[in-house]
Amino acid sequence: MPLVKQGRIITDAFAHVPDGAELPGDGAILISAARFLEDPEAFSRRTGKTGVIWPNNRDLDDLVPYLDRLAVVALVFPSFRDGRAYSQARLLRERHGYDGELRATGQVLRDQFVFMQRAGFDAFEVKKESDAEAFAATVKRYSVFYQPTGDGRVTALNRRMQSRHSESAAR
Amino acid sequence: MYAYDELDRTLINERVSEFRDQVKRRLSGELTEDEFKMLRLQNGVYLQLHAYMFRVAIPYGTLSSKQLRQLAHVARRYDRGYGHFTTRQNIQYNWIKLAELPDALSDLAEVGIHAMQTSGNNTRNVTSDQWAGVAPGEIEDPRIWSELLRQYTTLHPEFSFLPRKFKFAITASEHDRAAIKIHDIGLRLIKNADGETGFEVLVGGGLGRTPFIGKTIKPFVHGRDLLSYVEAILRVYNQYGRRDNIYKARIKILVHELGIEKFAREVEEEWQQLRDSALTLDHADIEEIRSRFSYPAYEKLPHMPDELKQAAHDPLFERWRKNSVFPHKVQGYSIVTLSLKPVGGPPGDATADQMDAIADLADRYSFGEIRVGHEQNLALPHVAKRDLPVLWKALDKIGVATPNVNLVTDIIACPGLDYCSLANARSIPIAQELTRRFANHDTANLIGRLHINISGCINACGHHHVGHIGILGVEKNGEEFYQITIGGRADENAEMGTLIGPAVPYAEVADVIEDIVEAYLALRDRAEELFVDTVKRLGVEPFRERVYATR
Repeated sequence: MPLVKQGRIITDAFAHVPDGAELPGDGAILISAARFLEDPEAFSRRTGKTGVIWPNNRDLDDLVPYLDRLAVVALVFPSFRDGRAYSQARLLRERHGYDGELRATGQVLRDQFVFMQRAGFDAFEVKKESDAEAFAATVKRYSVFYQPTGDGRVTALNRRMQSRHSESAAR
Repeated sequence: MYAYDELDRTLINERVSEFRDQVKRRLSGELTEDEFKMLRLQNGVYLQLHAYMFRVAIPYGTLSSKQLRQLAHVARRYDRGYGHFTTRQNIQYNWIKLAELPDALSDLAEVGIHAMQTSGNNTRNVTSDQWAGVAPGEIEDPRIWSELLRQYTTLHPEFSFLPRKFKFAITASEHDRAAIKIHDIGLRLIKNADGETGFEVLVGGGLGRTPFIGKTIKPFVHGRDLLSYVEAILRVYNQYGRRDNIYKARIKILVHELGIEKFAREVEEEWQQLRDSALTLDHADIEEIRSRFSYPAYEKLPHMPDELKQAAHDPLFERWRKNSVFPHKVQGYSIVTLSLKPVGGPPGDATADQMDAIADLADRYSFGEIRVGHEQNLALPHVAKRDLPVLWKALDKIGVATPNVNLVTDIIACPGLDYCSLANARSIPIAQELTRRFANHDTANLIGRLHINISGCINACGHHHVGHIGILGVEKNGEEFYQITIGGRADENAEMGTLIGPAVPYAEVADVIEDIVEAYLALRDRAEELFVDTVKRLGVEPFRERVYATR
């Protein structure tokens, strides 16, 4: 599955380590929430970055205490119809101040890219090669946004207010 | 009327080009039908029994004449020359071709109309009182807030993949014409003690196989907090609404399972974190939206013009006026309902020619504005009383002046088995037969206000639970049967109807309804007692006896 970051397909620096498999001595790893929570301290003692795959039905409160030691949080879309991870993403970014990599994983299609970016995702494990290749073009599809989210895009309402102000300043 | 600005126009054009790409990918096989299904649903495209069905949004039921002409154009150019107005202020086309859909959308975008989120598991078209802005006694125009909500819910990055569909309705009048109590979120605009605008917020109403009346979650949410409070509700629902069973996925089930108190606490906790965020609306934000609404320059006109006095001698005119013309907040003006329920016709259908003619009449007599109501009728919201006689003649000529508004033949019906792949039974022919049985206007008038609602399956698109008489199509051993309920209502005193007995076969439905109506006429204690009030007073038993005594 191609990984897209900063608009390009890149090599994943994180090794997915399945539950039960031995951890590599060093290097960046991506592990399940269950494995991480068994002994969170153990991963701090390792050299190499840690990423956690967080299920979309598990309360974020269990993860929040460890956010500052995680390099990646991967949120899961078991199906693209299941939108719980959008809420988790916004909460991590906007409420808990998480600023590491926020990765979308699971059934990730190009039609979700803009929503995902707006919710705070900055890395995408994309299901289809053709969608990954279309990433840069797809995220430019929209230039108008009605809702304020943590992604910093200016909303339509704010743009209207700004143009009102500049109109009255020009008068 | 709300006028789109450059930003609104840009966004819907961007949506059209995205959908064009999605259709192209489907036609080339790059997208599977399963993947495409969700994407087309988010743009109002269903696969029905015979063809694709295309549902277009008419936000809060307000249309300009230019927009109505474009709806007519789409009916003519891409469909079979007619459209069907639904109970949620949408219009549906039943015979659209997939390959032509992007062009149809693009034509609609030219006049600021879209089909975004008219189906799928997302926030649907925001509906409101079809008399918004013109009803006497209204607190303020709820469409300002409807438009704020329309923008807020359009392509929401967090809530476009909810557990299930999600519907908003808003009213600002004491008498609820928007059926807010049967919506996922119902908003009743009110003022607090300081005269500030806010909302009583109801949550968890809905019909379908598990009907619930909405419950008040917060008695007053200040207008500035409307969006943050709605976001808190949606966030709790998005995370905790059930996704294991589509029949238990609506917010009403979550509210029911948690109980309204616990659900309200969850929402409150979330809202406390959100309330002072970028979602807070300041006065200037609200005024910015308000400034994009234009209102007619009404003339100063007499309450009773000569034209009306003269026309009062024509009994046919008077019959129509008493039935279809309603008081307006401005002296000398009226609201005119256009019945889309002709005798023998499918409820809510209008031909392209009718739509064009209505658009012309709106230009001439209603400041170019048309409204769509959840009862599947249209309205001209600003008609000078002096114009009523000439307007009536014109409406009659195109078949939309049947004087049956709110009467027994003003039937709400879903498309049923004639079109819909979900249906168990036909709805339209039942409605057509009932309009023939009660075609005599004097009889219908004698019966008085009586709402019949028909759904062809348990999904309840015809809102049968809240019909004064509700008719629900079910299937029994391959035959069409119908369950009859009575005593339901969709207004501020919303209630679910009660089943009167075993389901009856297709051929007997009209007879049964006639029996029920006859029983009512015999049982009511005076002519002014409405059917629904007689049922309330006496219960279903006397009606049950009458219907099943000989069956």
